[in-house]
Amino acid sequence: MPYDAWKDNEYIEKLVNELRENGTNVIVGSLDKLINWGRSNSIWPLTFATSCCGIEFVSLGAARFDMARFGWEVARSSPRQADFMMVAGTIVNRMVPVFRRLYDQLAEPKYVIACGSCAISGGPFRKSYHVAKGIEDIVPVDVFVPGCPPRPEAMIYGIMQLSRKMKVERFFGGVNRKMNRKEYLAEHPEEKE
Amino acid sequence: MDNYTIDNFHSFTEWFDHLLNGCMPGWLATTIECLLVGVGLLLVYAVLALFYILYERKICAYFQCRLGPNRVGPWGLLQSMADAVKMLIKELIELKHIDKFLFALAPYLVIIASMLCFAVLPWGNGLQIINFNIGIFFLIACSSIGVLGILLAGWSSNNKFTLIGALRSGAQMVSYELSVGLSILTMVAFAGTMDVVKIVEAQADHWFIFSAHIPAIIAFVIYMIAGTAETNRGPFDLPEAESELTAGYHTEYSGIHFGFFYLAEYLNLFIVSGVATLMFFGGWMPFRVEGWDGFNEIMGYIPSVVWFLMKAFVLSFVIIWFKWTYPRLRIDQLLSLEWKYLLPINLVNLVLMVIIIWQGWYFGNF
Amino acid sequence: MAELQDKISKKFPGATFEESEMLLINIADAQLHDLVKTLRDEHGFNYLVTIVGMDWKTSLGCVYYLADAAMSRFVSVKTQTEDRDNPMLHSIADLYRIAGILEREVYDFYGIVFIGNPDMRRLFLNIDWKGFPLRKDYDMNDVANAPSIENERQSDLTQTWVELPDGKVERREEIVFKPEDFVVNIGPQHPATHGVLRFRTAVDGETIKKIDVYMGYIHRGVEKLCEDLAYMQTLHFMDRLDYFSAHNYHHGLCLCIEKAAGIEVPQRAVVVRTLMDELSRIASHCLFIGTFCMDLGATTMLFYTLRVREQVLDIMEKTCGARMTFNYDCIGGVMADIHPDFVKDVKALLDTLDKNVAEYNKLFTGNVIAKNRLEGVGVLSHEDALSYAITGPSGRASGWACDVRKLVPYGAYDRVQFEQVVRTEGDSMARFKNRVDEILQSKHIIEQLIDNIPEGDYLAKVPKVLKLPVGHWFQVVEGCRGVFGVYIESDGSNKPYRLKLATPSLNAAAVVDHITRGQKIADLITIGGSMDYIVPDMDR
Repeated sequence: MPYDAWKDNEYIEKLVNELRENGTNVIVGSLDKLINWGRSNSIWPLTFATSCCGIEFVSLGAARFDMARFGWEVARSSPRQADFMMVAGTIVNRMVPVFRRLYDQLAEPKYVIACGSCAISGGPFRKSYHVAKGIEDIVPVDVFVPGCPPRPEAMIYGIMQLSRKMKVERFFGGVNRKMNRKEYLAEHPEEKE
Repeated sequence: MDNYTIDNFHSFTEWFDHLLNGCMPGWLATTIECLLVGVGLLLVYAVLALFYILYERKICAYFQCRLGPNRVGPWGLLQSMADAVKMLIKELIELKHIDKFLFALAPYLVIIASMLCFAVLPWGNGLQIINFNIGIFFLIACSSIGVLGILLAGWSSNNKFTLIGALRSGAQMVSYELSVGLSILTMVAFAGTMDVVKIVEAQADHWFIFSAHIPAIIAFVIYMIAGTAETNRGPFDLPEAESELTAGYHTEYSGIHFGFFYLAEYLNLFIVSGVATLMFFGGWMPFRVEGWDGFNEIMGYIPSVVWFLMKAFVLSFVIIWFKWTYPRLRIDQLLSLEWKYLLPINLVNLVLMVIIIWQGWYFGNF
Repeated sequence: MAELQDKISKKFPGATFEESEMLLINIADAQLHDLVKTLRDEHGFNYLVTIVGMDWKTSLGCVYYLADAAMSRFVSVKTQTEDRDNPMLHSIADLYRIAGILEREVYDFYGIVFIGNPDMRRLFLNIDWKGFPLRKDYDMNDVANAPSIENERQSDLTQTWVELPDGKVERREEIVFKPEDFVVNIGPQHPATHGVLRFRTAVDGETIKKIDVYMGYIHRGVEKLCEDLAYMQTLHFMDRLDYFSAHNYHHGLCLCIEKAAGIEVPQRAVVVRTLMDELSRIASHCLFIGTFCMDLGATTMLFYTLRVREQVLDIMEKTCGARMTFNYDCIGGVMADIHPDFVKDVKALLDTLDKNVAEYNKLFTGNVIAKNRLEGVGVLSHEDALSYAITGPSGRASGWACDVRKLVPYGAYDRVQFEQVVRTEGDSMARFKNRVDEILQSKHIIEQLIDNIPEGDYLAKVPKVLKLPVGHWFQVVEGCRGVFGVYIESDGSNKPYRLKLATPSLNAAAVVDHITRGQKIADLITIGGSMDYIVPDMDR
């Protein structure tokens, strides 16, 4: 895909520039390239849908929009095996702990797409007593796809942005360093072994 | 050795063996040969599994009026490569409150079992790793190890879904093993040998499905049903029934451990179709018609490996077709299908086969 | 109705009557149970449409809507209590089984305790929720109820209030699951629950012993939100409840508001609304067939049915401008005129329907595995269907002819010929087949209307600020999943004082426990799928 077709995302441009400026080791760099090629082309979603947007996500898998073309159709029901979470629908207070736990269960590297206005801000239900006002307070979000619900084309565009982000992210030395138990406990003294 | 097809690996392997033995001591030659075979096996295993994943995704896309993967590499050919790379770098999640040793052991058991089965299959004329007189028996024995891995996976994950999935799987595989075994036994009775090479060679003129006609066809149908169940594929995919048990016994596995289950699942599909090819469709034997010498010669120009793979792929296509057409059975229906229908039919079929052999009511001569 | 009023007033001298669109009986709490029992046993009102919890500021109470099975007569019963700190009413859960869960909903929203209801837990909100959100004095910004990532507290106990012989009321705790039960938690994140519904399932091997349904994982408080919005603005929520019957729900709310405001809808709009209802019914049932088959493992069906759905959505998109949240019906008519291609496109769709339905039947309905999985699974008897108020295709599968389109015609349904699809088996197969057949009935309705769309306005003149007179109205329409009821109470302003949406999915989820007992875990998926509930529709 030509680079110019994608230049519209400021955040990703920033990552690209960072990559260009800092440079990298040849071996690590090419290994990084291979890994990033792999993971940016194999983005498996978690089957997670709470409301209307979920139905558009089903449409996305169907013949007209066919996300299988990009290799995204392997929707895993188990969060351990998924790569990203398409938060399709409203997250309400009661769902928040469940949702957070699902996010925690995803295996690194993991990504979140907030899909639809409910997930972004609470949408039409923002004033409600039982709706979380955007999922950004709960988990880090990588891509926002606005709409109520977003059209499947918009979802495709959103996942492509995610794919692009994966491509320019560094795998080695990036966010994916695993913290061992000791370091974790040092940071979270309240938790016992 | 008769030259059935244009390629004959016997001469090549013998030449290579002589070459090695000529320039180094015997033990070293054997070690090197073993290493080469091992690496080759692993490579072919991985490539074939990746190919199968893509194969199924493409086929199911066509059943569903979709295109299937077509962006990564030409026609999407590299899609499963990308998946494999991704799976290698995914985090292996360490869970609390599990049996760590068994949890880590389970995927290896599954994949080792399927590799052992894979090793016995005769790929082509002289292309097989070891030729011994109980090849089929070895294959059935090895395939049973897999269920152990699945049971362990379900048990050690400390999760109710995986446990139910594993128990379902255990019940299912133990039951259907019987049908697989009996239908193969029927054919072994007909062939009179368990030696894989001899079975293939006995089918030089007539494939067993033609020469042993009715009982062979019955055995084939039963084998296909039971084989589908053995590989946990739809409509018998209860152990990992997505809509019931999230991902069944491998719910808690991530990264490459899950990848092992995933690869083994597809490779088992190949093994089941490979064994069906071997027992019913003449293995790597080309299609020959008695008397049509010209035709037979042309068929002989197609390499034996291609014959074997083509037959296996066609049979796999049928199994994939099942999966994307039929709804799933329920566990009690699944077991009653085996114990109430397949098993009695199989036993009767075995007797029928014996009568046919006894009376000589078959085609061909051996 | 007058005859009924006489009989009731004789038997219950304390009852007072209001005559609005239907008979309303005011009764004291003590006599409520007897009155409802009389209505049910002697007058045939054996269908509890809904229970509307109410906060009249000085008092709390409920309005019960009852109907007979043929929906020829509706009656409402109103009861209230002055005690705001400790409100208690008598339960009718022993008369109508659906009342059990409807009363739980009222308890959840208003804190009214129902004496004699065996299970008085919160329904949508978690156990530690402070306050009762639909009360008028509820603090919407209470920090105690802010979202938290801490796991919600789980309890295996339920509470019930029992009236002792001496008239005192005592709170008791009952156990839901015993410690020795093997409880599998299915949901809220589970591929088979069609959204975020949660079943705690006690199993014995693969056999289900008991199911406890947990809802509220997508409870968005629509009813409360509506109280702060003008009537025009409340409409758009209807798209987001049952997103498959968006048009039908819109239609229901519009009808109710128009009835209250006395607005005459142009004939063109009436017909267009009906057409849209039926089109969305086709799309909805198609998606049902697809997802249901996918739950059973026949994934490919989903793609064949979505093909038809996409075709319907194309038609909708041309006219309404959206794929899912149409917001097309509005007070006094429809938002925009139909697209010039509408008639042509619909006809093209109708031409393909027969072929497609035949294909579905060939691929799935006649399949021996499907038959084994569906026939005799999750049998819902006629009595239970009435008692649980299971309407729509599921209710008609149990032999209850409950199609509102036929029984209480609205829109253009009085001028078209169609049949109610009724089956008597009551199993999952009947529910499935009913929906397949209803696609063809919808086709039949559309065929009769598509060439006869009257010319003229599509939108009546409606005042910019619409105020309803003081009073209350109730309207039922046939959604894709069953009877959808709208209750509006107005205090004369431009906002509803109370807007209650009675949705069919809640009933469908409530009955799951009853019909899955003794079946296998796999049957839970079948039954849940065949009841075809939509979780945002039940949670609202």
